[in-house]
Amino acid sequence: MIPRPKPERFRLRRTMMFMNAQKPGLIKDAYIYGCDSIMLDLEDAVAENQKDAARFSLYHALTTIDYGDTEVIVRINGLDTPHWQEDIRVCVAGGADGIRIAKCESAQDVLTVEKAVEAAEEEFGVEKGRTLLMAALESPKGILNAYEICAASPRMFGVAISGGDFRKCMQTTPQPDGVDLLVARGQMLIAARAAGVQCFDTVFTNLDDQAGFEAEVRQNKAMGFDGKSLINPKQIRYVHQVFAPTQKEIVQAEKIVRAYREQSAAGVGVFTVDGKMIDIAFIPGAERTLRLARACGLYEGDLV
Amino acid sequence: MKNAVGREIPDYLLTGGKEVYQGKNYMDGKYIQKASPRTRRYEKPQESKLVDSIKAALEQCGAKDGMTFSFHHHLRDGDYVVNMVMAAAIEELGLKDLTIAATSLGNAHDPIADYIEQGKVIGIQTSGIRGRMGEVVSAGKLKTPAIIRSHGGRPRAIEAGEVHIDIAFVAAPTSDCVGNCRGIGGKSNCGSMGYAMTDAKYADHVVVVTDCLVDFPNMPASVEAIDVDAVVVVDSIGNPKKIASAAARISQNPRDLMMAEDVARVIASTPYFKDGFSFQTGVGGPSLAANLFLERYMDQRNIKMGWAIGGICGPMVELLKKGKVGKVIDVQDFDLDAVNSINQTPGHYEMSASQYANPANKGAFVNKLDFVVLAALEIDTGFNVNVLTGSDGVLRGAPGGHPDTAAGSKVCIIVTPLTRGRMATVCEHVVTVTTPGDCVDVLVTDYGIAVNPLRPDLIECLDKAGIPHVTIESLKEKAYSLVGRPDDLQWEDQVVAVLEARDGTILDVVKKIKPYQG
Amino acid sequence: MEILKPAVAGTLESSDAQVTVEPGGEGIELSLQSSVMNQYGRQIRQTVLDTLARLEVRDAKITVVDKGALDCTLKARVECAVFRSCGASASGIPWGGAVR
Repeated sequence: MIPRPKPERFRLRRTMMFMNAQKPGLIKDAYIYGCDSIMLDLEDAVAENQKDAARFSLYHALTTIDYGDTEVIVRINGLDTPHWQEDIRVCVAGGADGIRIAKCESAQDVLTVEKAVEAAEEEFGVEKGRTLLMAALESPKGILNAYEICAASPRMFGVAISGGDFRKCMQTTPQPDGVDLLVARGQMLIAARAAGVQCFDTVFTNLDDQAGFEAEVRQNKAMGFDGKSLINPKQIRYVHQVFAPTQKEIVQAEKIVRAYREQSAAGVGVFTVDGKMIDIAFIPGAERTLRLARACGLYEGDLV
Repeated sequence: MKNAVGREIPDYLLTGGKEVYQGKNYMDGKYIQKASPRTRRYEKPQESKLVDSIKAALEQCGAKDGMTFSFHHHLRDGDYVVNMVMAAAIEELGLKDLTIAATSLGNAHDPIADYIEQGKVIGIQTSGIRGRMGEVVSAGKLKTPAIIRSHGGRPRAIEAGEVHIDIAFVAAPTSDCVGNCRGIGGKSNCGSMGYAMTDAKYADHVVVVTDCLVDFPNMPASVEAIDVDAVVVVDSIGNPKKIASAAARISQNPRDLMMAEDVARVIASTPYFKDGFSFQTGVGGPSLAANLFLERYMDQRNIKMGWAIGGICGPMVELLKKGKVGKVIDVQDFDLDAVNSINQTPGHYEMSASQYANPANKGAFVNKLDFVVLAALEIDTGFNVNVLTGSDGVLRGAPGGHPDTAAGSKVCIIVTPLTRGRMATVCEHVVTVTTPGDCVDVLVTDYGIAVNPLRPDLIECLDKAGIPHVTIESLKEKAYSLVGRPDDLQWEDQVVAVLEARDGTILDVVKKIKPYQG
Repeated sequence: MEILKPAVAGTLESSDAQVTVEPGGEGIELSLQSSVMNQYGRQIRQTVLDTLARLEVRDAKITVVDKGALDCTLKARVECAVFRSCGASASGIPWGGAVR
């Protein structure tokens, strides 16, 4: 069995790529494209009569394929199906880093999954608390309950909107300016930030519309998302490009962190960098910029 | 005797001055005596060379047992001519002990397998061999070992008299009544007829087979009437749908695109990537997609490609039309865009196989190439490439221009996924060496890039450009860690095919495969 | 495990394998077709037999049509077919036990 390091609750997750867990040719090396997380799908991509087969494939993929630094998350079937409990057992037994709860509508849904995960960790001798959770919000109710969902469990690392189902509920379709999801995205982002978890945007499914995809990625970044779900490896590069900090941002962040460490060692709490007043409130943001820059191969210094 | 790529060549094959492969450019500077054909004089003015049937043409050319017939493969998988001619020779005229010397053979020629099994066809000389013919030859049913040559090695062998063609058959999309042929203007168009040109010059007899007779003179002719004995008009020379595909589309497969992007990065990191550079690419997924990414680097650096050669398809014609490449010189066309462009688009020219790739002439295009991007069935840790035999040891591929362009170019890049299904593409020893490792410079896979240690200059280029690369051994180990270490193939002693290097030395042999013993 | 009824798992797509199990006479009767028989036939056979042994299947007729599947896929397909044949593939799988 390939040992996997303990999952980190807060790590870089700019790109989460969906893969059908039932397709051996796809899942064997999906990590080569360089996405931050792989999302092995037991839900919509797998036909109803192949749910059992997909779990066997998934188990052996998880235990024999070396995914390296790429995070491996599994999307399980909804709590209204007969499949989710066995899905959780196989995820935990196989050592998946995290579980994505489909169609999550309340804190109770998170707690239901958490309980089953805990039982599976016990059953398979997995360290308690190792398996992380994230929730997919696919309905108006899910969006309205976003905060309680995000805050429901210490295992929760993030929340994502699932655009297809949500739009159907709202009787709308994808719009070029994103107005169809504007309020939902905003509400979910606010909830995630308030609860201190990450927030991810939905997939862009029209692979022929590269301009539309790029516009949506830029809007995601502007709104403050941590990353985006993807359906094709060719979408990865652009997201990483947009989510990378600019050279100017990196230089500025470096100055702030360096100055703060020098000044605080000297007992000074408030100081100026390039004429701008800086205090401790700026530090987490600046450090995040540097960590992101390092992940993007743009920063080689030793401040983070 | 062991050759320079470590392959054991049976001594009985080393007769009549045949040598084993000694390394790149071993024959440089040596002299050859060119062979000349014995051809019939047609002094008395004739109105037409039309004859009624292939049988009649064969009779006119004195076809008899033991002869060698040549064919060219521009009609690709759509070709009807090889089967038609061999059926006439064997079934109508009752000939036997025939040798087929073709520029390539493919799935279209499955019926020839029967003639091999019946012992009517006793020799095969070709660049490619596939389908049932590959199977029967691999099973040891051909009387003499098949001889596999590259596209450049074939005209070399013809000119040196190692292959003597008794009758050359030219599959002509259009011809006039005396045999001026072109690859366009008919109903089975193939564009360039480059591979037929050397055959027509060196064969004792030349028969043109066409399905579109046009007015005299059919100009500019690819094969000229001065070399032609007879012209036969048939209903159809081939299936147009299989001759040229609608348009070679650039792959959308993300794995191909990722590798293609790396190929372009490698090219752009070398000093040869400058205004006027020359380029050839295969038509496989990642090779063709490299065009797309290369164009971006050309735009960024504001440079243009000087010329491109090879089998040509739409994306290259597109670059020519956009003015991003100066000239395209073409030995074969793969899609309708290329077929419709040759000799029509300014700067798009036809060339012969010899002009393209023959290493024994005084100026083959391949020897002036900067970059070539090629595929592989297998590549081993000595950078030796196999494009001929499958993982089961059966003949099912074609060296084509692979060894010629690899040897002639300044930078030869092989692009291939690390594994295909359960097969490790990067392996310890290729089944058959078709392109020697000393001609291969860079390997691009979906798991990383490796540079041949013989090219420290290229290693430095990649390092300077910040392109990560690893050893080919580590790629091989990665491949085996994914698919498991394969068991060795089990062979009989019988040699079923001899593989000549482009210079005519023996690079490898293919033996008869033992059936799998569960 | 005892093979109760015929069951199939997997597909004929590249990199996959289709495994059929049926109740058989004495012992394991394995029929194998593979696109990579010459180089991996022996290893595929071994993987299939090892997997059946772990599942304690002693009597069965099993047909494997392999299209270049990796070992992890072969195991998954054999296991799924066996559990299906017993009507036990939907839940309570011994992950990390007999299935590993």
